Amino acid sequence: MLEIKNLHARIAEDGTEIIRGLNLTVKAGEVAAIMGPNGSGKSTLSYVLSGREDYEVTEGDILYNGESILELDAAERAAKGLFLAFQYPVEIPGVATMQFLKVAMNEQRKYRGEDELSTPEFMRRVKEAAAELKIAPEMLRRPLNVGFSGGEKKRAEILQMALLEPKLCVLDETDSGLDIDALKVVADGVNALRSPDRAVVVITHYQRLLDYIVPDTVHVLYRGQVVKSGDKTLAHELEANGYADIIGAAA
Amino acid sequence: MNMQQAIKMTAAESALVDAYTAQIGDLPGDGAVLSLRDTLVHELRTAGLPTRRVEAWHYTDLRTLLRSVPAADSTAFSERVEAIVPGASVLSVRNGQADLKTLPEGVTARSYSESLLDGSAAAGLAVLGADDAIGRINGGLVRGGLEIAVAEGAELKAPVEIQVVQSHGQAHTRFPVSFGAGAKATMIERHLSTSAEPSFVSSVSDVTLAEGADVIWIILQQQGPADTHLGQIRFDLGKDAKLHLFVINAGGKLVRQELHGKASGEGADLTLRGINLLGGDSHTDVTFTLSHDVPHTTSSEIIRNVVFDRAKGVFQGKILVAKDAQKTDAKMACNTLLLSDDADLSAKPELEIFADDVQCGHGATVADIDHTQLFYLLSRGIPEKKARAMLVNAFVAEIVEELEDDEALVEALEGVISAWLEKHA
Repeated sequence: MLEIKNLHARIAEDGTEIIRGLNLTVKAGEVAAIMGPNGSGKSTLSYVLSGREDYEVTEGDILYNGESILELDAAERAAKGLFLAFQYPVEIPGVATMQFLKVAMNEQRKYRGEDELSTPEFMRRVKEAAAELKIAPEMLRRPLNVGFSGGEKKRAEILQMALLEPKLCVLDETDSGLDIDALKVVADGVNALRSPDRAVVVITHYQRLLDYIVPDTVHVLYRGQVVKSGDKTLAHELEANGYADIIGAAA
Repeated sequence: MNMQQAIKMTAAESALVDAYTAQIGDLPGDGAVLSLRDTLVHELRTAGLPTRRVEAWHYTDLRTLLRSVPAADSTAFSERVEAIVPGASVLSVRNGQADLKTLPEGVTARSYSESLLDGSAAAGLAVLGADDAIGRINGGLVRGGLEIAVAEGAELKAPVEIQVVQSHGQAHTRFPVSFGAGAKATMIERHLSTSAEPSFVSSVSDVTLAEGADVIWIILQQQGPADTHLGQIRFDLGKDAKLHLFVINAGGKLVRQELHGKASGEGADLTLRGINLLGGDSHTDVTFTLSHDVPHTTSSEIIRNVVFDRAKGVFQGKILVAKDAQKTDAKMACNTLLLSDDADLSAKPELEIFADDVQCGHGATVADIDHTQLFYLLSRGIPEKKARAMLVNAFVAEIVEELEDDEALVEALEGVISAWLEKHA
């Protein structure tokens, strides 16, 4: 489903190279964890995947379902089924949460040539998904992410993911700032979306989230490259021994 | 008038003086009013329109910007337009003709031409000062308008729309409006054009709030793309009176809207909110002065400008706090989204404080669309054009939502804003 080949990417503004020859393959149905120390390029990878213009790809390719997505903008990638759950969801005063959800769902449907959702159908879907994630209706009446607590913001991200039904989900440090109860709710939300035709990339600094979202593969990112890959036991190794051994071997 | 002066006049100045000359004998007024008109037009003829050398007009050099003025056309006709808020009472002046078929309970009104004819309008026709070009043009040429009184204690259920409709040519209207003690009302002063042909409109509203009156006054300017709009509102706030003044500019080629007020009773409170939606080659100026004359008065001003294309915006805001006006609390902010390289905005906030125990502040920001917010919307599959429109809309919607007590009003104003953005963004 996702194939990243010898990817090089840099910050557009100052040319700093962050991703330096990264290779990664994630199959449909797979949950892949990307782990690594601070500054290894984890968040940059998530932005480059989703098409943020602050980053430039200088070499290599990103194939999604066999096709390069480098020429597509962020909105087109999203409409094709790519979803990024932000580490820091953005507050947008003046944009009502419900209006945002409706526009996003319908714009994606329009892109794919599907009919727009009727208002009752839209309301039904939001209500159901919100209840699953224990999101209070009051929260949905506020402007987008404004005044949401850290946990509420992360749940709102998963709500969007559930409603937009993406094929490739990228979760960037979704566990940061969550207490254990909120973490469980979020993990349940992600697990509910696991399916044979959907892939999930979980970017995380800690093993903790992977106790709840159990990965099929684990990849260690260091200095913009995948330096080691393995199964879920690799995450436990990292938890026990830290990154030093792997980094030392890679350096 | 000697030949030399005639040669110096610009085309626009000549057209205004000619409009007066052509209507002499036809413009309503008693002896006092007619002699005042003469004086005002004489001043216009000798002083001309203000230039950038006049401080109050520094950013809007009217003499240069006003290239021409269409001739007055007494045969122009416009239909009444549907009220912007469903259920509102409409009092209209269309091509200068007053129409007050629907007067809500608690409201009395008569055509302003009657006040001109019986001379009761004379005192109000005086200009605010030597630089009051709008008061001068309007006082010289005013013909239509309405004198409105909202009775003491009246609580109007629905908004009253003062509708000024112009198809082309000139209109000079005036609206003295008084609110009795404890009156509660929402007024919508709405200026619109029914054709793309140029109009020249001057309009002065003179608003007084007696003790404890609580008024929302909306100025909604939706003139056509070739129109000149010179608007002015004067307001006087009595003891504990509360005015929420909301200005939306969403049209016109050359626009100056002046807001001049006095907090003259203790406990008076002004909330000013302004939204300027500017595009094309338009020039739009909002000039505000407020004097806090007595102790314990408050005001808060927020202006939001959205500037596209080659449009130019101006905000001048001046708050004066008199020596005795202790405990004044005034806060003024002007925030601007500049959405093209050629868009331009000049902001000039001023505080003149003669009292020593006050809280006053002002701030101005200019920015482009927030890129993090834009990426967030894009990453959810919202195309860039739509995402940008949503963010621009959000920037101004925030202050419309303050009117949340009247849902129909909020919906109507949001409709005006999104329709404008859809056309220009």
